[in-house]
Formats: sequence, C-alpha cells, structure tokens
Amino acid sequence: MSNKVRLMQGNEACVEGAIAAGMKFYAGYPITPSTEIAEISAERLPRIGGKFIQMEDEIAGIAAAIGASLTGAKTMTATSGPGFSLKQENIGYACIAEIPVVVVNVQRGGPSTGQPTSPAQGDMMQAKWGTHGDHPVIALCPSSVRETFDLTIRAFNLAEKYRMPVLLMMDEVIGHMREKIEIPNASEIEIVDRKRPSCPAEDYLPFKPEANLVPLMADFGAGYRYHVTGLVHDETGFPSNSTDIADKLIRRLVDKVELNKEDIITWEEENTEDADIIIFAYGCVARAAKTAIKILREKGIKVGLFRPITVWPFPEERLIELSKSVKTIIAPEMNLGQMVLEVERLCNKHTKIERLNKVNGEIIYPEEIVAKIEEVL
Amino acid sequence: MPSQLVDKYFRAEDLPQIWCPGCGHGIITRAITVAIEQLGLEPDKVCVVSGIGCSSRAPGYLDFNTLHTTHGRALAFATGIKLANPDLKVIVIMGDGDSTAIGGNHFIHACRRNIDLTTIIFNNNIYGMTGGQYSPLTPKFDKGTTAPYGNIDRPFDICDLASGAGATYVGRGTSYHANVVTSLVKKGIMNDGFSLIEAISGCPTYYGRKNKKGGPVDMMQWQKDNAVTVTAAAKMTPEQLEGKFLIGELKNKPEPEYTKEYQKIIDNLKGSDI
Repeated sequence: MSNKVRLMQGNEACVEGAIAAGMKFYAGYPITPSTEIAEISAERLPRIGGKFIQMEDEIAGIAAAIGASLTGAKTMTATSGPGFSLKQENIGYACIAEIPVVVVNVQRGGPSTGQPTSPAQGDMMQAKWGTHGDHPVIALCPSSVRETFDLTIRAFNLAEKYRMPVLLMMDEVIGHMREKIEIPNASEIEIVDRKRPSCPAEDYLPFKPEANLVPLMADFGAGYRYHVTGLVHDETGFPSNSTDIADKLIRRLVDKVELNKEDIITWEEENTEDADIIIFAYGCVARAAKTAIKILREKGIKVGLFRPITVWPFPEERLIELSKSVKTIIAPEMNLGQMVLEVERLCNKHTKIERLNKVNGEIIYPEEIVAKIEEVL
Repeated sequence: MPSQLVDKYFRAEDLPQIWCPGCGHGIITRAITVAIEQLGLEPDKVCVVSGIGCSSRAPGYLDFNTLHTTHGRALAFATGIKLANPDLKVIVIMGDGDSTAIGGNHFIHACRRNIDLTTIIFNNNIYGMTGGQYSPLTPKFDKGTTAPYGNIDRPFDICDLASGAGATYVGRGTSYHANVVTSLVKKGIMNDGFSLIEAISGCPTYYGRKNKKGGPVDMMQWQKDNAVTVTAAAKMTPEQLEGKFLIGELKNKPEPEYTKEYQKIIDNLKGSDI
C-alpha cells in the first residue's frame, strides 16, 4: 500500500503524529497559535474511540491529561505563550509523579500576551527551567511539518519510555506553515508503550526503578491499588520526610534523562565536514539557515549547520567536538539569546560565538544570517 | 467495627495519620469508607483524588487507586481519570480553601459539566496545613493568622455555589453527624452526575484556637447545636433559623451525565468516514 501524501500544516501534523503514536485522550484550552491542535483533536479522537475535552483553563488541561494517563491512555495537551506558563505547575507534578504526558508549545511572542499571532523562540529556557525544583526535561524541536509528525510520535515514545512529560517546542511558523508530507504506514512507525507490571499486586512497588531507572507503571483500575503524590515519596509511593529518600528520588528523576542521553539526544548536521563557520539554529530559524548556507557556499564561504532536535537534553558532546574545528559559531534565534547560552557555556574555550537575535515578531530571513556571517568573517 | 474498616479499606502501614488530635477529618474519612462498604464498591475500581491541604492527605491512607494532586486541581485530574475510564468510581476529597479559592474555577466547571464525580469538601473554615490563614469559608469577622483584625471577606456557601453551578446532587453533613455524611456520600456515589457533599469539620488547632471556640468537644457540640435538618427547617421561622445551618440532602435533580453524553458522540460516529 502506498503512503498517504497530504498537504497539511504543522499543527495538523502534530495531531496526526499523536494519533499514529496511540493518543487516546486530549485535554486543552484554546490559545493562538496552537488552537488547531485542539480543534483537530476534537474532531478526530471520538472517531477512533478516543476522548477530547476542552477544560476551563490551561492548568486543568494538563491536569486532565495527566489524570487520563494514569488510567493507561496516551495523552496530550497543547498550548502557546501564556498557557505554557500556566502549565508549568503540573509539568513539575508529572515529573515527580512520573506520569507520561506530551505537552506541545507552539511558541509565540512574549512576555505576557505579547504577540499572539507571531512566531518566537522565547520559551526555550522556560522549557528547561520553567517549573520549580530540579527535574528532568526532554524537549524536542521540529523545523518542518513532516518532522512535527515524526517528533510528536517520538515525544509520545519518550514519555512512555521514561515516564515523564515530554515537551514539543514548536513555533508559530512550523505550526501554521503548510507543506506536503508523506505519512508513513503504521507498520513503518516505531511505537513504544509504557512498561506495566505483571507481578502479583501485593508485590508491586510503584516507584521502584528498573535497570533504566524507570519504574513499572500500572493503570488505575487494573488491580494494583497504589498511591501517587507530588510530595517526595518512597518506592511505595507514600510521602516521606527522609533526607536520604528525597536525595535518591530527585537524583533518580534527573538521571532518567542524564544517564540515558545517548538514547534521547538527536541532532542534524549539514555541510559541517569542511565548515569554517557553523550556524547553530533550531525550529523555523534552521530553515533560513539552510538557505543562507546555499547562498554563502555559492560565494565560496564554507558554512555548515548544527541543528539540535532534542534541545533538552542538549547535544553537548557533538557541538563541543565541532567547535574545535571551526572559527565561529553563529547562533541566530528568535529571542534575545537563550540556547546560545548553552553554546557559549560549552564552546567559548574553542571558538568565537556570535549572536543574531530578533524579537519583533518576524522570522529571521536568510539574508540576515548571510549579512551577519559576512560581517564577522 | 472500626478495626474491620481499617483492615479492609485503610493502608494500615501508613497509619497513624498526620491530623491533629481533635481534628474532624478522620471521622469524615471513616464516614466515606462506611459509604463505600455499604455500597459494596469493588476497591480496584475506586479512585480517590485529592488536592493539597489537611483533607487532601486522606487518600494516602485509603487502599484504593489514590492520587494526591496539586493545590486546587483535584477535580481537573479527576475529570481526566473519569473521562478516560468511566468504569472507575471517582471520589474527590478537597479542603475549603483548596476547592473554592485556588480551585474555584475547576469546582464550578466540574459542577457545570455534571461529570460523575463524588466530591466531599472537608470544610474546617481555615487553611490548616499552612497554619491558620482565612479561607473563602471563614465566617465574616472571624480571625485567622492573615486576618488578625477579623475577616472582612464574605464567605461562600459551598452548597449554594455547587447548586448554582449545576451540581445535580448536593448535601451537607458534619463530623458530628457522621452518619449523615455516610448517607449523603452513598447517594452522591449513586447519583450519575456531579455530586457535592460539604462535610463541616472542626479544626481546634487553628480555627478553634484563633476564634476561642473551645476544644474538640466544644466544636462538635457547636455542630450539634447549630445544625438543622432540612425537614426540621421547613417548620422553622427565619428568626429561628438565624445563625443555624442546614444538613441533609439539599438538591437531587439528576441530569444527563458528561461521560455518557460523550460516549453517545463516539457511538454515533461509528462507521462514519474519517
């Protein structure tokens, strides 16, 4: 059977990816520019026996998605700008209670109501540090419609595998842009389901980690009656005031990502083999970077692209390695310098780092990247 | 037969509970388990969800599928659980500040949707866990640590609020009238829709001490002396009812339940084109 070729926008590809990944529940609240994700979920889910609910606010949207996940359903919520701020409370809850949920943020200009219909990349550090306390973070960043489809599936797979919230950091351009995409057949798509216990209920310890640091997760209603809390808890799930248990738990939660980085981290490189200059770009900006590389290569300037696909955890090792062989890294971002802080932290011993920032609600154009590179050459 | 109830429905290894001596919450928690016992609910299919605060520690001691969520958000989590798996009997326990201040929005919308959740609000008229600050249920002119000169906020009547927002079953009991709580919780669980039971509970440690209400026994005596059953109230004059509060069933008007309405959409779409 041939794969389906479709013209669709990123927000639609997100829902299609989610459904391909097994999403059966969506809860959210309308907000530009992510609303189509809710609208399309509302239409699609009941047709496949799934459930959609529009909650009373953003906080309730993620809360309902987390609740539904406890019954065994694969769940998602999507938002933008102010809604991402509101979701931070329960992102932290899903981290400590170890409940899989996919949280999509179609980024728009901020702070506050900011520029609701304009693209931005201003929430990249919020994705990392937005909820209080030390916690694990996985955040993926697509730069095309097809990649939105693929990364939404991956977000579900990672959420299931590591029992945690996974953030899909889109932007308004990727969300609303239409591209032709070829939807793969179901047989070509790798699907990961959370590992469930098979032991007798009395032997089940809901927060006792397996070798990969992730505990087995029983569905509510499946006969394993256990307690889930946002308080620090022991392996039974019951709250604890023990300093040892607190230390062990928080470190394990963070280590689920830290010690499994090789499994999680992905990035894309283009023309880096002989590059003198590397453009560090992600999301819609990486598209402009690719055009800029073509223009500059035609002029004989050896430029390459490094694009983190998992922005958190950050692809540190490869970027450090590359930085040792290039003269400059240019970091164009639609914010006043967020991911560049990682680049500077990791690479400033090895190479020169230049910023290019824009926060006026416009995309970064290839010509602007070209001009910046010619200026710093 | 409290010990049998403990054996059957409590996580004995997690007892004793953290509540202060004289707190009414233990009595109300027990009253809920009696309702579950009398209805013969299958523990594997019971889910108890709470927010944050003194009351919200109750699920941890109960041997069901239990979820202690974030402050005010219990009903939103519970909505997700119930919609995703309508076979579960979902009971929600919240405090007065938890449900009507930080969780006020979730509260009115859960009532409005008429989703089948049985919600018990442990109303002790104060934020106990944080040390006695006034809540939306602190009576006017009463004191809290953040109302040292008396509270000038007007309190909610939770039952009126729930009725107005669309809850289809509403009732009120107290920790003194534990049997009333049991009976209301039973009927609430049997109501196919959103049920709200306010359970007035005494907080001698903070509310009682701040407002010179005496000890635990005095506070229960106050509940006994000031509660009026709906039937008795019908024969009383407004003057006689001054300063009293109603207990018993205040509303019982079934309406179509949310998850069943959603299932109709799914069923109607079966066989239609995607």
